[in-house]
Amino acid sequence: MKLYEHMGKELFARCGIPVPRGKLVETVDQAGEAAAELGEVVIKSQVLTGKRGKAGGIAFVSNPGEAKKEAARIFDLKFDGLTTEKLLVEEKIQIEQELYLALTIDGAARRPLVLASLDGGMDVEEVAEERMIRWPVDNTIGLQDYMVREICRRMGVTGSLQKEFVKFMPKLYRMFREMDAELAEINPLALTPDGLIAADAKVTIDDDALYRHPQLPRITEKTALELKAEELDLAYVELGGDIAVMANGAGITMATLDMVQHYGGDPANFLDFGGGADIDKTTQALELLLATAPKVLLINIFGGITRCDVVAEAFVRVKENKGIELPVSFRLVGTNESEGRAVLEKEGIKTFNSMDEAVRHAVGLTA
Amino acid sequence: MSVYINQDTRVLVQGITGRQGSFHTAQMLAYGTKIVGGVSPGKRGQVVEGVPVFDSTFEALESHPADASILFMPAPFAKDGALEALEAGLKIIVLIPESIPLHDAMDIMAYARQKNAVVVGPNTFGLVSSGSSKIGIMPGRYFVPGPVGVVSRSGTLCYEIVGNLTNDGIGTTTVVGLGGDRVVGLHFVDVLKKFEEDPATETVVLVGEIGGSAEEEAAAYISSSMIKPVIAYLAGRSAPPGKRMGHAGAIIERGRGTFESKVEALSEAGVKVADLPTAVSPLVKNALDKT
Repeated sequence: MKLYEHMGKELFARCGIPVPRGKLVETVDQAGEAAAELGEVVIKSQVLTGKRGKAGGIAFVSNPGEAKKEAARIFDLKFDGLTTEKLLVEEKIQIEQELYLALTIDGAARRPLVLASLDGGMDVEEVAEERMIRWPVDNTIGLQDYMVREICRRMGVTGSLQKEFVKFMPKLYRMFREMDAELAEINPLALTPDGLIAADAKVTIDDDALYRHPQLPRITEKTALELKAEELDLAYVELGGDIAVMANGAGITMATLDMVQHYGGDPANFLDFGGGADIDKTTQALELLLATAPKVLLINIFGGITRCDVVAEAFVRVKENKGIELPVSFRLVGTNESEGRAVLEKEGIKTFNSMDEAVRHAVGLTA
Repeated sequence: MSVYINQDTRVLVQGITGRQGSFHTAQMLAYGTKIVGGVSPGKRGQVVEGVPVFDSTFEALESHPADASILFMPAPFAKDGALEALEAGLKIIVLIPESIPLHDAMDIMAYARQKNAVVVGPNTFGLVSSGSSKIGIMPGRYFVPGPVGVVSRSGTLCYEIVGNLTNDGIGTTTVVGLGGDRVVGLHFVDVLKKFEEDPATETVVLVGEIGGSAEEEAAAYISSSMIKPVIAYLAGRSAPPGKRMGHAGAIIERGRGTFESKVEALSEAGVKVADLPTAVSPLVKNALDKT
């Protein structure tokens, strides 16, 4: 779950990480009032896109009149289709140097990873590989001062700035661990006459650990349909084509989409209804797909813990209750395959043995 | 021959009294797995599928020595269960649950390193030594003995590919599911090393997907240290960036973990990458005919 900048900064502040003084506002007038209180300020759109600066979502102003004008302009902007609901109005800080610091998870090392660079304030992908210092942290001992000093040495940082980092970095590490973050990124990390200040905050919390953090707000970037799928505990992604796809297992669902594309078709979605789903869940998955009004429905079942007869019965149930008008390509093999086929044959629905045949048939149906 | 486990491997089932735990205990026993005990706190004295249940891993081991453990408990309790199994001295831990928090997974892996133990998963179907023992939830009938080692990040897709091999009369030595999460214990490289050393494994199949860098690391290892032929299939060619495709680890982030990067790395390492799952079995047959 991605957090808005102001929420990330709130978490930072709670862990003793310095952030600029600021106010969260929802109207143009409030933006003016905040500027009147804080003086020279920066106004920042609170949207979940990394490119808001380039899109005009950040403005520096020196008086309340300008603040109102800029706030109004930003409220009218669209960022990848998203509008701004809130603005963060912050005191302008005196930046001597822009640095980069992040904690993330290194899947290869199976450890937290510190990323640090003297080249901050730019797109992180543009930072030269050798200028980005990477330090996997042994999480049995946590981030120790000597690690910070070594990261600093590799960055070419000495003296008072190194001392600043030794104070700063362990706070970010603690927040990253305690909050179950997947990413805690500060770009830019501002070096000011008062020391290091987090001028930005990009924090992502592990969805699977949200149950441990009831105090956090719930934010979603999902479409209405994706939310409905989440409620039903289905893995669903909208893709935009005309062949609705349903399969059991993430890998095989991806492979089914790839195969649809390989044969010239255009998948409408990714829907993995999981292993061992019961008749109700399978019914709900089918109903969800039909509601998207695709041209063709492709079902690819390789039953391990998923039972073919359950899938077939769910299909018949939906057909009887809601009607299934569109053409269907059905592949059904694995556990209780003959029982499943018998159920479908009674309804006049034929099934395929191979995934390849079923996909080609589905693509042919769209022509 | 097999790697990691064989017909003598003694297994504990943690979470044995649950619906999944008891069902798969029966399935594993039917396949031939030597299950010596089950653990479910507070359920001591019960018997599941003829297997005695204990309150703790330590208690089970006092009377029933074991080598491996498979966990079926809900994700929020998996860390506790895994650490208990590791401290009690088990050397192979199979984590079936999905949605284990990432920081829990990192803690489990760190402790496993200290204990010199192997963690399979989380979010895995487990592993099977074909014809002799399975520690996992895979449908047993597709796993018949033969000369091919298989390692996969996903479950059903792996069954599909192994099922095709079986239909074509090609069996497997060992099949290992790495798991679909971002932080998993075993990586491709670990299993490839075992297959390269295993005299019974003649050819290797690698089933990967978008996200992370495990396939690229595998490519580096294959190119520097492997003689046996490797056939690969990768899922996610059509996946859009920034979207999680079912598995927590299957996501293209900041331009990393793309399908193209993985295919290129593997192809350069001399791996034949099948463009369809159905194309794997013919490629394996070709490779076997040459060896």
